[in-house]
Amino acid sequence: MNIAILSGKGGTGKTLLAVNLAVVADHAVYIDCDVEEPNGHLFFKPQDLKTETVTVKIPVVEDDLCTGCRTCVDFCRFNALAYIAERLVVFEQICHSCGGCTIFCPEDALREEERIIGSIEEGYSGTVKVYSGILNTGEASGIPIIKRLLSLSETECPGLCLIDCPPGSACIVMETIRNADYCVLVAEPTIFGVHNLNLVYELVSLFNKPFGVVLNKCLEGEENPAEQFCLEKSINILGRIAFDNELGFINSKALIAARESNRYRAQFSSLLASVLEEAQHETVVNP
Amino acid sequence: MKVAVPVDDKNLETTVCVSFGRAPFFIIYDTDTKEHIFMDNSAADSPGGAGIKAAQAIVDRQVDALLTPRCGENAAEVIKAAGIKLYKTESQSAMDNINSFVACKLPPLNDIHPGFHNRKGR
Repeated sequence: MNIAILSGKGGTGKTLLAVNLAVVADHAVYIDCDVEEPNGHLFFKPQDLKTETVTVKIPVVEDDLCTGCRTCVDFCRFNALAYIAERLVVFEQICHSCGGCTIFCPEDALREEERIIGSIEEGYSGTVKVYSGILNTGEASGIPIIKRLLSLSETECPGLCLIDCPPGSACIVMETIRNADYCVLVAEPTIFGVHNLNLVYELVSLFNKPFGVVLNKCLEGEENPAEQFCLEKSINILGRIAFDNELGFINSKALIAARESNRYRAQFSSLLASVLEEAQHETVVNP
Repeated sequence: MKVAVPVDDKNLETTVCVSFGRAPFFIIYDTDTKEHIFMDNSAADSPGGAGIKAAQAIVDRQVDALLTPRCGENAAEVIKAAGIKLYKTESQSAMDNINSFVACKLPPLNDIHPGFHNRKGR
């Protein structure tokens, strides 16, 4: 079971929720897909780290063989190739690694080479298996790393998999939730929070994913615009996390609340139970 | 000398387009013969790499200078590799800028921006 945890912006509590749910679950897998700024590992401090690099294929031209026919330039819909001053120029950051240019080159002047764009770290924190995707600074797209992360999780872990998504609703998030069985949207109790919740609400609706909302930073006795939004749209509210000094303090020390106190363990356990109940129900009713 | 300017319309009263790669048209103006043509920018609706494709088209026209309010780094790489000089437009009207260029009054364009491709949807 793959459960993706997402939100329309950073700082709503995706990692807080994903990390704590992984801890209270038995032998869960936690996958940090926020490859531009992975931070789950700061909480887990995983041991026995194994690292693998992630590469993409980019075309390399053999200048002596290139006749300047421009078949490749015209083929590339991302315009990653230009023919300037009688030389083919490859824009590596624009290339989407489809390999088409190498196939269509009539002179066999193009071949593919591997280029490292980031890495994946794998380790354990207690019973939790922790994967982190890391995109190298300056790289344009983390999608190849996410594809690799999710393929690893598919082959290695049949159990519960908690996927910590990148913030927002762009391509990189779409790739992350593509194979998710259930999505948990984390929302803040502000007007701005509702705007961001709506972004991911539209995304998961477009993808036809079963989903529910966890309301974070809830203030006792105060209006919660995100809750109002859920009621209006008949969105299932899976649980509430209070705006709580102690929780914030534990989190700020990069500690995992569910490991630090029984109160939080109980709270996140019951949250996990309602997430799993919903997720299992949805996958049975709408497989 | 042939110069290119990204423009919003296909007439000599046109304004300079704020974008290079996604400008709808380019005016190609010959400062010696005073002849001009308008060129459609086929890169305008590209899914990505519009600057590169637009720059390729400008290079293929064998212009000597590009007058533009801004230029992304990929487009600039193509333009510079072809030996085309980059100048920064300073007013709205395309013809005013071409006349300033002829009078050697346009400054070179040095502030190349890192591009708008792959903007994060946050």
